[in-house]
Amino acid sequence: MAILELTNISKHFGAIQAVNDISLSLAAGEVVGLMGDNGAGKSTLVKMIAGNYRPSHGTMRMEDRELVMHKPVEARQHGIEIVHQDLALCNNLTAAANVFLGRELRLGLGPLKILDYAGMYKRAGQIFAELKSETRPRDLVKQMSGGQRQAVAIARTRLSNAKIVLMDEPTAAISVRQVAEVLNLIRLLRDQGIAVVLISHRMPDVFAVADRIIVLRRGRKVADKKIAKTSPEEVTGLITGAIEQV
Amino acid sequence: MSTTANTMAKTIEQKQQSWLSEKLNSQTFWVFIAVVFACLFLTFATDSFATTKNLYNITRNVTFVAIIALGMTLVIITGGIDLSVGSVLCLCSMVLGVTMHAGYGIEVGIAAAIATSLIVGAFHGVLIAYIGMPSFVVTLGTLSVARSLAMVASGNTVVFEFGPDHDLLLALGGGAWFFGIANPVLYMIVLALITGFVLRWTRFGRYVYAIGGNEHAARLTGVPVRPIKVAVYMISSLSAGIAGIIQTGWLGAITTNIGAGLELQVIAAAVIGGAALAGGVGTATGAIIGAALIEVIRNSLGLLGINAFWQGCFIGGAILLAVLFDRVRNFRQNDE
Ligand SMILES: Nc1ncnc2c1ncn2[C@@H]1O[C@H](COP(=O)(O)OP(=O)(O)OP(=O)(O)O)[C@@H](O)[C@H]1O
Ligand SMILES: [Mg+2]
Repeated sequence: MAILELTNISKHFGAIQAVNDISLSLAAGEVVGLMGDNGAGKSTLVKMIAGNYRPSHGTMRMEDRELVMHKPVEARQHGIEIVHQDLALCNNLTAAANVFLGRELRLGLGPLKILDYAGMYKRAGQIFAELKSETRPRDLVKQMSGGQRQAVAIARTRLSNAKIVLMDEPTAAISVRQVAEVLNLIRLLRDQGIAVVLISHRMPDVFAVADRIIVLRRGRKVADKKIAKTSPEEVTGLITGAIEQV
Repeated sequence: MSTTANTMAKTIEQKQQSWLSEKLNSQTFWVFIAVVFACLFLTFATDSFATTKNLYNITRNVTFVAIIALGMTLVIITGGIDLSVGSVLCLCSMVLGVTMHAGYGIEVGIAAAIATSLIVGAFHGVLIAYIGMPSFVVTLGTLSVARSLAMVASGNTVVFEFGPDHDLLLALGGGAWFFGIANPVLYMIVLALITGFVLRWTRFGRYVYAIGGNEHAARLTGVPVRPIKVAVYMISSLSAGIAGIIQTGWLGAITTNIGAGLELQVIAAAVIGGAALAGGVGTATGAIIGAALIEVIRNSLGLLGINAFWQGCFIGGAILLAVLFDRVRNFRQNDE
């Protein structure tokens, strides 16, 4: 059963047609690899699902209800989490503050609520341990390595019981060992029945975890195939345009 | 077993070290030390520094710059700047004065002044956050407009009669109701505590830092960037309005050139206190300490018999030293 269903979704920025008439569906417990050249529209597509952009045309349905979102907060309320391509981190804040950015834990009743520092440090620490990351919750993101920064961005998706996790190049800046950790995490999410969209330029990563591959070219969907029915060569051809469409 | 204990002891040690090094690395801390040393030096070098009267004057004089520096610090943390505060102070004072002069009570006068400041701040916020104009340009415009409006409102005359609540207004700004501490100092302390609390303990404060750190990231993660920016500019104007009300009570008269050039002192105070113009960094304590350093410099020049014309050099020097210190610290960190 489809958990998310996009029908004829388009997005244009002025004259730029970033996403053009894309339909796709996502099932629970499914990992979909989303591939395409630079500027193909991958980030724009997932940002619409994450409530950052509103589609210019088309409809989104989640669990058979129409999904209309104005803010990222609403997407999270629906159980949609995203790791942004540029990680969306504030260097001047601690790891824990970044993890909870936009949904801080607070204490107190009524209008005067204060930030629950202890609670956020504790929860962030637990998540980092789960992710087998050495990131410390109190450290400033400014001083962190690429892998630690990535862990902070990924930790955000673990705050709630997500149904859909969108990962926009989560393995772009990290070591081989950490890539393996991220891929393991994706499998773990899948086993929990979460639908995962993985955007990556790294063919081996996608072929290692994805059940299905969707290829975008210049804003259009040119392929949507089970992983068993395709090959890295074919996908490369589809990305570059050597193969028109399948 | 013992290795675990060892690592734990090490972690704790590291934590203490990092706390200490954090203090030693903070610009605010060193500026505070500078203020303390300057005060000690002046106490022994002059007869007139550590007198009740002089200390009373210093603490009171600090407040006007310090109160506005609190609001300015918020703006600077978000990565913006507010050049209009001196003129907004003048406009709000004038609104207060003209309203009370016309026979209205002090509540009406203060309400009108505060409303004026909030409207000006909201106007800035909307142009900056929703239309996307640079804060520098928007507030530079108001720097000119607000003072001009103050002249229009008063017919460019001096207002010194404040109607039925005249004495109350003067007592509010010029009195010392508790333990001989000048009233403005009390207002400053209360406002500093509120600002410090908001920055450290509320979600609003957290968002202010987040916007200064990475506005794009803040927006992507769902921080309501625009409303927060509007609020920040309103707070900045409000702090100028409050300072204007207090200063009117203290001076007992308003001319259309009060607060001229004040914005530079306020920004200097915030920056000396550790606020980074690039955004993301700054504290309420820093704003107060920065303002204190400026006032101590001013006061000491007078007491030491140094020509007042040198004042600008010393204040400018303090700004450069504080920021230079910050750079040196960054170099050190990058070396590690
Ligand atoms: N906010 C925006 N305003 C204007 N144009 C945009 C915006 N975001 C994306 N675009 C344009 O939309 C197109 C698709 O961009 P998008 O970021 O979705 O590509 P992508 O597939 O994620 O590429 P990459 O692999 O480089 O991350 C590009 O031409 C880009 O310039
Ligand atoms: Mg992208």
